[in-house]
Amino acid sequence: MQRPGTTEQQHDTVDMMLNMGPQHPATHGVFRMVLTLDGERVVEVVPHIGYLHRGSEKLCETESYAQVVTLFDRLDYVANLNNELAFCRAAERLMDVDVPERAQYIRVALCELNRLASHLLFLGTYAIDLGAMTPIMYGFRERERIQNLFESVTGARMMHNFIRIGGVKEDVPADFVPRTRAVLEDVRKGVDEIDRLLTFNEVFLARTKGVGVIDAATAISCGLTGPSLRGSGVAYDVRKDDPYEIYRYLGFEVPVGAAGDCWDRYYVRLLECYQSIDLVVQCLDQMEPGPTMTQRRRIARPPKGEVYVHCENPRGDMGVFLVSDGTDKPYRVKVRPPSFCNLVALRPMMRGEYIADAVAILGSIDIVLGEVDR
Amino acid sequence: MIAGLTGLWTTLRWLFKRPVTAHYPEQHLPVQERYMGFPALLWDETADEPFCTGCMVCVRECPTQCMSAQMHDNPRFTDGASHRRKIIETFEINLNRCILCGICVDVCAFDAIEMSHEHELASYGRAGARADLDLLLAGGRHYQEETSWVPLNAEKNVAGVALAKKAAAAAAKSAAGPPASPAPEGSDGAEVDA
Repeated sequence: MQRPGTTEQQHDTVDMMLNMGPQHPATHGVFRMVLTLDGERVVEVVPHIGYLHRGSEKLCETESYAQVVTLFDRLDYVANLNNELAFCRAAERLMDVDVPERAQYIRVALCELNRLASHLLFLGTYAIDLGAMTPIMYGFRERERIQNLFESVTGARMMHNFIRIGGVKEDVPADFVPRTRAVLEDVRKGVDEIDRLLTFNEVFLARTKGVGVIDAATAISCGLTGPSLRGSGVAYDVRKDDPYEIYRYLGFEVPVGAAGDCWDRYYVRLLECYQSIDLVVQCLDQMEPGPTMTQRRRIARPPKGEVYVHCENPRGDMGVFLVSDGTDKPYRVKVRPPSFCNLVALRPMMRGEYIADAVAILGSIDIVLGEVDR
Repeated sequence: MIAGLTGLWTTLRWLFKRPVTAHYPEQHLPVQERYMGFPALLWDETADEPFCTGCMVCVRECPTQCMSAQMHDNPRFTDGASHRRKIIETFEINLNRCILCGICVDVCAFDAIEMSHEHELASYGRAGARADLDLLLAGGRHYQEETSWVPLNAEKNVAGVALAKKAAAAAAKSAAGPPASPAPEGSDGAEVDA
């Protein structure tokens, strides 16, 4: 089109729609976002979810309380034990059951190990999102040690079904404590290695510093939780602010970031790896012999009522709202999955950023689609 | 320059270390002792029959409904060779549905089912994943041979022990005084207090 009075060709620019996913390797599962682009800048992002929807919440209503634990294993499939703990605590609160102290120590030790495994997976996949090949090898190598440890304790590598309502399935094997200490030694070296390789790497800094910035107020209003929120400088951690199990006996600091960019979210997770190692060591030191299960009831039948319980999962604040009508099956189970709620913050993070950074920003909030879609 | 050399040194160092990966079909890593593979039914050597009485509790408690079972009268009970009045006749587990959660093992009161170490059951057809009673018992026998499995409640569940206990109780009773009447037929081994 030629404007009157000029000789130049003037073009009307239109925004471009770009579809990313659901089969994109960097979306960590079957996640689809529709990006609106102005040149290289992202104007708008619309997440589309539901590709992995299995109806877990509805399925919970048809299963007995003991069977529901197996469904919770499959929500956040990178941190299974943390999910089990959230549901079991909800059911225990309804039934007013006190869990023996040793069982609580075992639970916390295993959950922290699982957080460690989950964060190691994040460190590896985040690096590979940004084009670094090596850290994922290191991450998986260290994660493998933890998986082997889980196999020797729970009998399974991923879907454990180990934390039960009223305790844990069985006591840890006799060599658990020395074995875990040895594993943690190795893992600490492995995390050191990733840290040295990645954290202050020039290319990595260029890709993550100042990218996807979200300030504390926006982060809170979006409902962001977990390491992603702490990256913005808000020291909110359920383990500290609403202590459950035996976290009140453990000393730890909550690492927080400052800028709220991708690098801070990455670095908070890296520091949490060290924090989890320390927490497990404290658990092993304080653990004392004792029963690992309250008196065993074949059928859990909580009284009528409702309860909301939340736990700190590797990805954030995991909440379980449980309604019982007095039968052996839950009347309603509502999950507040941290990944799903964290996705809300995707839009304020991504607006105005380059399209090339879309993967870096999505990777930095570390979603797991099994939990988003349920 | 120095950074480059440091990088090369790291690469070189790893070159001479043992690889952490195992080449799977040629190299099998051992599973841990508590490993939960596919479920298997265990064999009671003392009575030469399975532990399973077909009480169906595992069938009911399975979260994926992957099992089906049928019981019949145990002919060996009338012979006095076993304390189990009922015995399993058919048992089928659809291993495609099984999620290896171990709930069946927890609920079993007869020490009859256990998660074996078996985890390689590739087959050429869909029906190949249907484990029938023979396959499940073979898996259980293999599991009993390779591990030191002991029944949780031997007094109640192992036929030899339960029958001996019953005989000892009957002998003590007859020694104490004239027996008024033989023990009622309804009290079988399953009612012996643990």
